[in-house]
Amino acid sequence: MTPVLSVERLSVRFRMRDGVSVRAVSDASFDLAAGECLALVGESGCGKSVLASALLGLLPENAETAGSAHLGDTDLLAADERTLARRIRGRRVGLVPQSPAAHLTPVRTVRSQLAETISQLTRAGRRGPQLATAVAAAADRAAFPLDHLDRYPHELSGGLAQRAATALALVGDAPLLLADEPTTGLDRDLVERTVDELRRHIGDDRALLLITHDLAAAERIADRVAVMYASRIVELADADAFFGSPGPRHPYARGLLNALPDREFAPIPGMPPELTTLPDGCAFAARCARADDTCAWVPGLLDGVACHHPETAGAEVTRA
Amino acid sequence: MLELLSVTAGYDRRAPVLSDVTLTVEPGAAVGLLGPSGCGKSTLARVAALLHEPYAGRVVIDGEPARGWRHRAPRAQRTAFGVVFQQPRLSADPRLSLADLIAEPLRAGRLEHTARVRELADAVGLGGDLLGRRPHEVSDGQLQRACLARALTLRPRWLICDEMTAMLDASTTAALVGVVEEYRRETGAGLLAVGHDRVLLERWCGRTVEWGERGPADDA
Repeated sequence: MTPVLSVERLSVRFRMRDGVSVRAVSDASFDLAAGECLALVGESGCGKSVLASALLGLLPENAETAGSAHLGDTDLLAADERTLARRIRGRRVGLVPQSPAAHLTPVRTVRSQLAETISQLTRAGRRGPQLATAVAAAADRAAFPLDHLDRYPHELSGGLAQRAATALALVGDAPLLLADEPTTGLDRDLVERTVDELRRHIGDDRALLLITHDLAAAERIADRVAVMYASRIVELADADAFFGSPGPRHPYARGLLNALPDREFAPIPGMPPELTTLPDGCAFAARCARADDTCAWVPGLLDGVACHHPETAGAEVTRA
Repeated sequence: MLELLSVTAGYDRRAPVLSDVTLTVEPGAAVGLLGPSGCGKSTLARVAALLHEPYAGRVVIDGEPARGWRHRAPRAQRTAFGVVFQQPRLSADPRLSLADLIAEPLRAGRLEHTARVRELADAVGLGGDLLGRRPHEVSDGQLQRACLARALTLRPRWLICDEMTAMLDASTTAALVGVVEEYRRETGAGLLAVGHDRVLLERWCGRTVEWGERGPADDA
């Protein structure tokens, strides 16, 4: 089966003043199939949101990209703004934003924003009963209560604002849903409800790229996990194997999981390198107990892990 | 002992966010306050840190009733508290370097700060040229490290952490909790940690209190 999204050797770098460049994404490759949820996890500043912006063609002017990201037969990196605006965003890639309160237009009601999106993206017309029915159906799909449709964004709780934003993202029936930190700032119950809803929306015919630093949310709904560290995907694994047994194989991924409060609750020593001064070799070597001379070369992603000394299968991750 | 006694507080007298709430933290103890978004737990934390004046009720700090709120609180009471908020970007002056951010509480008292800033930066793991940068030049995790250091600058007897780690990845969370616990081991300071992550607060705090229908169900 052809994947919904196929990303190959995607790199993004930003040219800054004084000749400095920020390497935000380096050589990222992954496929995403219909009905599949891939969680892209990593700490803030590792480049995961830049990857999302690249897929939506929303990078700033000083960004340089390399590689490709095919959605069907369109290369998202090569497409011009006109194509992206008229055929891709909303129609073939739906975005569930990080901060719905900031994403929704503050001076218009949820109903008016849904109606505008529907009349732009579907054939429901610009007014009349057909549009009203479509608005109600769109709200219902994201479990947004119909009696709140006439409210303004600031009158909604965090959870309801998230549902309003999700409803907007679903209108175009896009085959790829991109959720960028959709649960930041929500409490645990709402996190679970939000990600469960996202999972339900993808069903069998859409794909979901969930970008998050919340490992519990990723564990809950992801089929596969991609761990990003200092601009590179360092591990790409099945979620069951990653969160359960045999556990992560990259030392960074293993450390990140072990930092969880229901595991060892121990931090990884040190901090990640700056994206302006990435080392020539493995970016994790400075923090890694297993590092040796071979780590002066960047390891490629082989068999799902980019490490010269991956954990061997069979070593159990301890759960406290 | 930090005592919040029959506190009623909010932003509209006719509809207070919390009414008649009582919560105590024993000297040197770590209490986690758990509750869903919007329940009023952050408002209670602000009252405890003398940052929000309640409509009714009392706050007693180590046997002494609070004598004012915000800038009207006596300095000795105000500086008994170190506070860390959820969003480091909203709680850091964007014009200050991280070093100045950490030094600010000492500057306010015209005290010598170079050595203390270095000591705190080491404790929270801010090395290299990070101290010279301003907030927009560092990540959320690095900025929150600076905000925690700032809270510890004046060696407070009480720490109030309101969703300190909600924006952070697992490793940075474990690191910052480690810094707080190390400080408490050294100084015997007490802690009120507010949040909605049960797994985290139960691992972190000696006692957790659940926010029920009418406020925290505290049986201590």
